[in-house]
Amino acid sequence: MFKKKGRSRLIPNYIILILLVCLALGPILVLFFNSLKSFTDLGTNPIGLPRVILIENYVNAWVQGEFATTLTNSLIYVVFTVAGVLVLGGMAAYSLARLDPPGDNFYLVYMLTLSTLPFWLYVIPLFIMWRNLGLLDTRAGLIIMYIAFNSPFAIFLLRSFLMSLSRDFEDAARVDGANEWQVMTRVVIPIMWPAFLTVGLVVGLGVWSEFQAALIFLQRDELMPVTTSYYNFTQRFGRDWSLTSAGAVMMIAPVLALFLALQRQFVTGLTQGGIKL
Amino acid sequence: MPWLFIAPITLLHLVVVVGPSVAGMYYSLTEWSGIGKAEFVGLDNFRELFFEDRNFLLALRHNLMWLAFFLTVPFAMALAVATLLAQVRIGSMAIRTAFFIPYVLPSVVVASIWRMLLDPRLGFGVALENWGIKGLAYPYLGDKNTALAAIAFVDNWHWWGFLMILFLTAMQSIPSDLYDAAKIDGANRWQEFLHVTLPGIRPTVFFMLMMTAIWSFLVFDYVWILTHGGPAGSSEMLATYLYKQAFQRFEAGYGAAIGITMSAIAGVMATIFVLLRRRGWDV
Repeated sequence: MFKKKGRSRLIPNYIILILLVCLALGPILVLFFNSLKSFTDLGTNPIGLPRVILIENYVNAWVQGEFATTLTNSLIYVVFTVAGVLVLGGMAAYSLARLDPPGDNFYLVYMLTLSTLPFWLYVIPLFIMWRNLGLLDTRAGLIIMYIAFNSPFAIFLLRSFLMSLSRDFEDAARVDGANEWQVMTRVVIPIMWPAFLTVGLVVGLGVWSEFQAALIFLQRDELMPVTTSYYNFTQRFGRDWSLTSAGAVMMIAPVLALFLALQRQFVTGLTQGGIKL
Repeated sequence: MPWLFIAPITLLHLVVVVGPSVAGMYYSLTEWSGIGKAEFVGLDNFRELFFEDRNFLLALRHNLMWLAFFLTVPFAMALAVATLLAQVRIGSMAIRTAFFIPYVLPSVVVASIWRMLLDPRLGFGVALENWGIKGLAYPYLGDKNTALAAIAFVDNWHWWGFLMILFLTAMQSIPSDLYDAAKIDGANRWQEFLHVTLPGIRPTVFFMLMMTAIWSFLVFDYVWILTHGGPAGSSEMLATYLYKQAFQRFEAGYGAAIGITMSAIAGVMATIFVLLRRRGWDV
């Protein structure tokens, strides 16, 4: 009796929440429906279910949007950035958490302050410097930038993860006669996997979605990540929504699949500081 | 030896971020096309920005309106919905996932979705007309009176759910005996929210207000993708204006001055929040 009353008290909550869930997911469903429609179907029925399912939109978008090239490019940017951030950021985090370098507090303050320098403050000189160094409009140039942008977040997260772990395992390995290199590769790196995964997911998602730096620093079509290439694609085929929707679905499908599979890691990582508007 | 491990990433950060930031401060004092020698002109760029350039002042005003919107609407939505969701058990995880999904979509896709839905001839307004609700088919992004609000709506659509999850996580770390005590004292739901929930999540709210204040002056993606700052400059922002000056008109010195101004305002915003916190505004 009492329980029943408690539940019915929550009916207004559920109504509001379900309406807002529709607001959150409805537009994504519309995108999916539109990606399956013919041009004429979309013209008369822009929101609803497709009358005839047209898979060939995907084939057309794949070919005309050069998704084979651009999805590969994005994957390259993600893989190399994540690898660079984990190796270089991991080294720094390990040193800060375990090797007690002199002046580490000063360094943390430095990183915390200077990591807040906004993109628009340094983008113009960086652009000129990249041009002079021949890094403008190259894959390496973009990857180096992405590693630098993401490194403070990685250092902080990996360092605090390491600090929360006891040193007992490492000391035990040392007692057993392991040298420092073996301690790092055999003991520390294996127990750091959860933190590596979290950082990798957050940084990878950021790079996969990144738009403004790719827009400014890349001009050649064959180097573009899927975001800026898709943006150009929508500019070219502005009114052909079935085509652009199919392209968008191909871009977000891997992200959504990964998100649903590893939701907990994503949410912890993103709420711990991979925060951006 | 310990510093050898720290050096590579630090050097990279210095070269990519810190060095160019310092150089940007110098270039803001020059007249420069980005090629050849920069000519030192003192504070001329800033004088022009604040006293002659109406487009810049308009952009600055739009950023302030953006700030006002993002300090209120998403926070109100997120607080309200987090409170509702915190009481719910059945289906809670699925609802959370649903609210989080828009946040993981790339800006180009979110913009693409809403360009369709906000279209005057094929958007949601037309669909509602078929159901008998008239008057909502409107060129929201193409009218200079509504473009900025439409972009803010789209950005917020992808953002507020994330804010809500942050608040919800913070709420769940509030000890439940505080709620029990409030119940014993005869507090109703609103009093509970005001005296237990809100103080409990205040550090999170405060931090996100500060971050919002900073980001509001740096926003670029949604504006550029949806309107390029148009129509007729009605959604121009500092970042899109900088982009046009520096990378389309090759006014690198002038663009750098805009960059400094944006960063300085964002910095002032952050400082105000830090000072408020010192004053004991928070906890």
